[in-house]
Amino acid sequence: MPDWLPMRWLPLRWLPMRWLFASPPDRRLLPGGKYAGPTPWLIAIMMFVMMIVAAAGLALAGGARLVRTGVEHRYSIQIADGRSQESRAVAAARAAPGVLAATPVPEAELRATLEQWLGPVAAGEGADLPLPSLVEVELAPAADPQAVAAAVAKAVPGARFVADQAQLSPMLGTLTSLTLIAAVLVALIAFATAAAVVLATRSALDTHRGTIEVMHGIGATDVQVTRLFQRKIALDALIGGVGGGLLAALILLLVSSGGIGALGDWTNGSLLGPGDLLVLASLPLLAAILATLVARATVLRALRAQL
Amino acid sequence: MRHRQASGEGVDRLGTIVEFDRVGLRYGTGGEVLRDLDFRLGTGAFYFLTGPSGAGKTSLLKLLYLAQRPTRGRISLFGEELTDAPRDALPPFRRRIGVVFQDFRLVRHLSAFDNVALPLRIAGHGEPEVEGPVREMLAWVGLADRASARPPTLSGGEQQRVAIARAVIARPELLVADEPTGNVDAAMAQRILHLLTALNRLGTTVVVATHDLGLIAATPGSQLIRLENGQLIDPTGSLKHPPVRSGAQLQSGGG
Repeated sequence: MPDWLPMRWLPLRWLPMRWLFASPPDRRLLPGGKYAGPTPWLIAIMMFVMMIVAAAGLALAGGARLVRTGVEHRYSIQIADGRSQESRAVAAARAAPGVLAATPVPEAELRATLEQWLGPVAAGEGADLPLPSLVEVELAPAADPQAVAAAVAKAVPGARFVADQAQLSPMLGTLTSLTLIAAVLVALIAFATAAAVVLATRSALDTHRGTIEVMHGIGATDVQVTRLFQRKIALDALIGGVGGGLLAALILLLVSSGGIGALGDWTNGSLLGPGDLLVLASLPLLAAILATLVARATVLRALRAQL
Repeated sequence: MRHRQASGEGVDRLGTIVEFDRVGLRYGTGGEVLRDLDFRLGTGAFYFLTGPSGAGKTSLLKLLYLAQRPTRGRISLFGEELTDAPRDALPPFRRRIGVVFQDFRLVRHLSAFDNVALPLRIAGHGEPEVEGPVREMLAWVGLADRASARPPTLSGGEQQRVAIARAVIARPELLVADEPTGNVDAAMAQRILHLLTALNRLGTTVVVATHDLGLIAATPGSQLIRLENGQLIDPTGSLKHPPVRSGAQLQSGGG
């Protein structure tokens, strides 16, 4: 326990993290600087990649969620043969129960949108190009879309009543797939980190085999020996994790002012909510806990092979 | 000056601290390095373990300080059957045993002070309880001014004394020493022997493996355990069945 910790005020001896604050003599048993060896650097790189991938995955999930929420109760009435029946369709929609708004999309707006793909033929000199009529409909959460669709179809036979979500489903499916891929990548990186910790722990065990034998010989328990190693690995993981995490946070901040920020604007909100940021911020700590548990299991397994 | 094949003096006084019952030991698939060991060690006695090189002395000591399990037979220490004891149960018993390894086995990166303090710290003593006894012990072995020195900077004799100090700091009930004078000159050997006999007078049972006949001759009241080809040489059976002595004999006998 460090001298600067006021034990009377902080009863750390009762906390499960007490082992992290080893006494100076215990710290001397396993020599080596906190940043010695490749483990902190390895974990820093792993943490950097993990945070970037996790942030991308969370952003994709957040984007998909925002898009889905944004279009959840939004529908379109599409009338193939133009404006002549638009007013009847709007009137029928507005008369249907649960319809909050039914707003025709101005032709100019449609032509401006199409101009992006079709060029001037869609506007100006190409003004004679026939366009379908489009009516945006917003329903109350409890509204029955089938009833509204039936009312519109009765007023304007041939009109299509389409959920915006259905139109966006391919994109939402892609976003969901990418989110799952990101989650799998994070799991793989965590697995690789755990494997690296196993190797680092075994290497440390080999290096300090003499010390372990002496400690066992004079009555140290497995838990006492394990505590030394798990503390060292935990500190390595924490240092590497925080370092890699901070670098990743810096990169994410830079990127968020560009690509992710633009996507956030498009979805009319932030892609990474407070919960997502909390998840990202907790990754270094989770990595340290994972590394500690892996180191503990590795050391205990190795010690059990001895008497 | 008296020397006997283990007379059981200590056994009479306080009972049996170690009991081997037809113990055998083999490493891997090789032949047995120890065979049919049947003996008892008395509490508070001083034993010399002798025998030619390769007779199995170090293997026997490993069984004594619980670094090995026998491949057959039964071993009891401190009145507890430990042959098949779960490994988690062994540390408390190991803390009652002091060991002086033939190669010292000091932790190279720790100072002499920290090496000697190790058993106390492992036993859970706080720093205030460690400082005084360790300084006292280092002074006892004549190394008060070398407390902060690390083993590589110590001479062989100094390392030997640090190893002995570490072995006895926690006042073990059983002290096991493997050739504790093997790397020192005659004067230092006498000094180490003096430390061991002083500890024995305080009640610790001492088992010293040695080739040094002079050391045995210089230790009155000590008892001999002789090994040859992994077998105990006990023609009178006194190691297996130490003679029982009366309280009056004990009063006059000493040991």
